[in-house]
Amino acid sequence: MVNRIVVGAHYGLKDWIAQRATAVYMAIYTLIFAACALSLPEFSHEAWSALFANGVFKFLTFLFFLALFFHAWIGVRDIWMDYVKPVGLRLALHVVTIFLLVGYAGWAAQILWRL
Amino acid sequence: MSKRTVQFKIYRYDPDKDEKPYMQDISVELEASDKKLLDALVRLKTKDDSLSFRRSCREGVCGSDAMNINGKNGLACLTDIDGLPQPVVLRPLPGLPVIRDLIVDMTQFFKQYHSIKPYLVNNDPAPERERLQSPDDREELNGLYECILCACCSTSCPSFWWNPDKFVGPAGLLAAYRFIADTRDQATNERLDNLEDPYRLFRCHTIMNCVDVCPKGLNPTRAIGKIKEQMVRRAV
Repeated sequence: MVNRIVVGAHYGLKDWIAQRATAVYMAIYTLIFAACALSLPEFSHEAWSALFANGVFKFLTFLFFLALFFHAWIGVRDIWMDYVKPVGLRLALHVVTIFLLVGYAGWAAQILWRL
Repeated sequence: MSKRTVQFKIYRYDPDKDEKPYMQDISVELEASDKKLLDALVRLKTKDDSLSFRRSCREGVCGSDAMNINGKNGLACLTDIDGLPQPVVLRPLPGLPVIRDLIVDMTQFFKQYHSIKPYLVNNDPAPERERLQSPDDREELNGLYECILCACCSTSCPSFWWNPDKFVGPAGLLAAYRFIADTRDQATNERLDNLEDPYRLFRCHTIMNCVDVCPKGLNPTRAIGKIKEQMVRRAV
């Protein structure tokens, strides 16, 4: 194949917005988490479990992890796009990154609902 | 005024003679009239005429004498020689192929500039006199049209270093916004389509080296932000 530079993928805006939206959510969650953790009656496993037994808090925390993994996907993908030139290798790294992050999301859910 | 001597450390490379580039230590005695770095370089050339660099207007309008001065891109003709720490280290603009000494091959830079169609697209018949704008609409073009394409910004941008073939770069994107912001232009959608690409626009990670080095005091990062804002307005 003739080696031409082809650009014009017509995407990128949604990722850019998503990266910002997830960052804002993570910042807000961090404040909520800090407030909740500091207002615990005692720093024990029971108090910790009780905090996560709250459905709303569990939901917000799971959302935090989803935001983190989606944010990480865009950030890590950007690193591959910036520094990894061979297309095959870049594609492979993209796939590995997605698999890992989806796996982490499942793992995070498992941990959360086990607390 | 007494004569001043300035020490230089200059990147030298003549592909016809040199196997690889080297840094040359050289000093020059300045005349009282030599105020700017470019004056010193012209003086230096009378001493060593093999030294090559581009220059033309010598007043910050043509953008020819952009170079890396003590680690920061700038125009030799706008840089005061007296304020510079010595030895003054001069290198060609980073990231572009060197033709000789301080002269770089700007093909890639201009290719990106041309890719954003840097001209007004208006399919209406030309009016008898001119296409008018309101003062407010015209105001939006301030800080955009003044770019002299010296390439100081794009060649200080890490995103442009890594992907000069795909990322338009700060200079090109500033020019792109200049036409997106122009109320007389009718190709806004096509321009935004052309830039909606993870490489062409979204390689900008807001590092802001471009703003730091622009010899005309322009702000490509703000222009890039406004392009993104237009895309959001269009999509949301």
